[in-house]
Parts: sequence; C-alpha cells; structure tokens
Amino acid sequence: MLKEFTKGLWRESPTFGQVLGLCPTLAVTTSAENAIGMSAAATFVLVLSNAMISALRKLFPPLIRIPCFIVVVASFVAALEMIMKAYFPDLDRALGIFIPLIVVNCIILGRAEAFASKNGVLPSILDGLGMGAGFFLALFLIASIREIFGAGRYFGIPISRLFGSKPGAWAQPISVLTLAPGAFILLGLLLAGRQWIGRRKG
Amino acid sequence: MEYLTTLFKVSLIQNMVLAQFLGLCPFVGVSKKREDAVGMGIAVIFVMTLASLVAWIVERLILTPYEIGYLRTIVYILVIATLVQLVEMIIRKVSPALYEALGIYLPLITTNCAVLGVTLLNQNAYADRTAFASLTLGLVQGAGGGIGFMIAMLLMAGIRQRLELAAVPKAMRGLPIAFICAGLMAFAFLGFVGIVK
Repeated sequence: MLKEFTKGLWRESPTFGQVLGLCPTLAVTTSAENAIGMSAAATFVLVLSNAMISALRKLFPPLIRIPCFIVVVASFVAALEMIMKAYFPDLDRALGIFIPLIVVNCIILGRAEAFASKNGVLPSILDGLGMGAGFFLALFLIASIREIFGAGRYFGIPISRLFGSKPGAWAQPISVLTLAPGAFILLGLLLAGRQWIGRRKG
Repeated sequence: MEYLTTLFKVSLIQNMVLAQFLGLCPFVGVSKKREDAVGMGIAVIFVMTLASLVAWIVERLILTPYEIGYLRTIVYILVIATLVQLVEMIIRKVSPALYEALGIYLPLITTNCAVLGVTLLNQNAYADRTAFASLTLGLVQGAGGGIGFMIAMLLMAGIRQRLELAAVPKAMRGLPIAFICAGLMAFAFLGFVGIVK
C-alpha cells in the first residue's frame, strides 16, 4: 500500500518521470513560495478528485468517462479558487491563471484515467498524495535553483544578507534563470541528470 | 492599430509556448514530425478562435448577467470540450480530407491548456471594455495565440527532425535536448520584446 505513495516521489515522478504538467512547473517556479503554493493547490485537487473518481468509478459510463472526470476535477478547482481568493489573495494573484488551469493539468487527468478509475478509494488517495509530493519536490527543486541563482534571494530574503555582507558583494545573480529561456534550459538539464542517474543504476 | 499590436504581442512577444508556458504538453508531444506540427497548429488556431467567441457569448449572456462568475472555470472547460466535439463532428461531415488530417489532434485539444488559458486571459484583459471591443480583441488574441503556438511548434519540429541525425550525448537524448533547444528558441523570441511598447 505504501508503494502507491512512494512511487510518485522518484520512479513515476510526475515531472521528471512522466514529464506531465509542465506548464505550471515552468511558469510559477520563479520563487520557492509560489512553488509551495502551486503544488499544495494541485495536490488538494489531485487527492480529492482521485478519491471522488475512485468512489464513483463504477457509475461513469466508459464512453464518456473523460468528460465526467473533467467535471469532477473542475468542481474541485472551482472550490479551490474560492478558498484561494478568500484566504490567500496574494498567492492567488501571483499564480494567476495557473490556478484555474489546474483543470487541464495532465497529471490530474492522467491519474484519474490511469489509477483512480481502476483502484479503490484508499489506494487512490495515497496515489494522489504521492504524486502531489513528487510534484512538490520537483517544483521546489526548480524554484529553489531559479530563485537562489537567478534572483539572488530565497523565500524573498536576499542571499547576501544570510552571509552578513552587502547586497551584490557575495555574487551576481544569473538573472536569465528567472526568465523563460532559463526555465526551459534548467528543466532540460535536470531531465538529462535524471536520465544519467537512471542509466548508471541500470 | 490596437488589433495589429495585439496580434504581434500574442503571437511573437508573449508567445503562448515560449514566453507564457501554455500548451507545453502538445508542444513536446506532437513536435516530432513537421506534418504533425502543422496539423496540430491549424487545429489549435481554429479551436482557439472559436473558443474565444463562444466564451465571450457565455460570459456576456450568462455569467455576467446572473452574477455567477465563480462558475467560470467549470463552464469554460465544458464549453471547450463540447466545442471540440462539435468541431470534430462537423469537420468529419463537411470535409473528410481535413478530418483525416486533423482528426487525431482534435480530441487532444480539450486538455490543451493554451485554449482554456486564452479564454481566461481574454476575460482578464478585456472584461472592462465595451462588448464590441472585448469580442474583437478576444478573437484577435485567440487567433494570434494560435498562430504563435503554430510558429513555435513548427520551428521545434524542424529542429527536432535535425536532432535525430545529430550526435547528442546519451543522457541528453530525447526530451532533455528538446527542452534546451526550446530554451534557445525562447532566447531568440526575447528579441521581439520592444517591437511593440
């Protein structure tokens, strides 16, 4: 049972293993804070929709199951939007249209189709939590690299202050990492790193 | 004039894929062959323009008058899914040749986040404008976004076809090198910033 959780962390990691849900992965990872917010939001929807779809899986007519999944996911996203607007307005503004776009996130529909529609409620919840954790790890890694090296900050605090020196005295940030090209190249290098490790492990 | 600048802006400067990170899944999934990239690109331009129109109608006639804006995401995705299904049926009936060419790409478009993205962007950007301006600007943004998507797909497909023959290090083969190429393309597209203020 625990395997349903741990497989999402590395072997079937949604970002590095299955290479799904890339749009938010690259778009919101300019700061570690946004990465945490985005992955928490996606995990919220993923776990709830996995649980709901798995509970209702025998009621969906096979031919139109995908539209049914989309309706379930969209309902949870609508609930999430209201929660975000009410309690986390700053985060909601920072993540912008990527909150409503969770509806079409391939990770969530992919898990609904590949796992929740075939398995029981408890494994599906664990699967959702595992995939959410894998998504969080990937986003947090990318955002940490982009924020530390690209903006010279971490969680909004200038790195130079951590070392007690003047701003800019420690190092100049590689600001291209915060722009779109840097995001693509960084993801390419991380995927290459994963392929390299996978190859050495055999 | 605003229409022209909007067209430039959404298709090149704020390119859907390379600057706004929308529609990355089909961008890496369907860009292995040039013919596929063209088919997908045309289908996306078509659906994005239509989706902008239909979303505008739904927004102005249903969501705003009845003040149910919080249902926007659900309504938009259902409208897009239905629209894609409808377009598929119409094309199959009217032009079997076009259906042959686009058929397999159409169902994929429902979950293309660029389509839902452009309707939401239209809503964010033009909600306060007059009915006519928000419709026409939305249509331009929809078509322009689709054109930008197609440009990016086509360039990527050309690069990837050549990459097949290149001696790429083992660990970089496949997606890693594709993303690095996309990054270099995004660099080139940064050059368009400044054409329109």
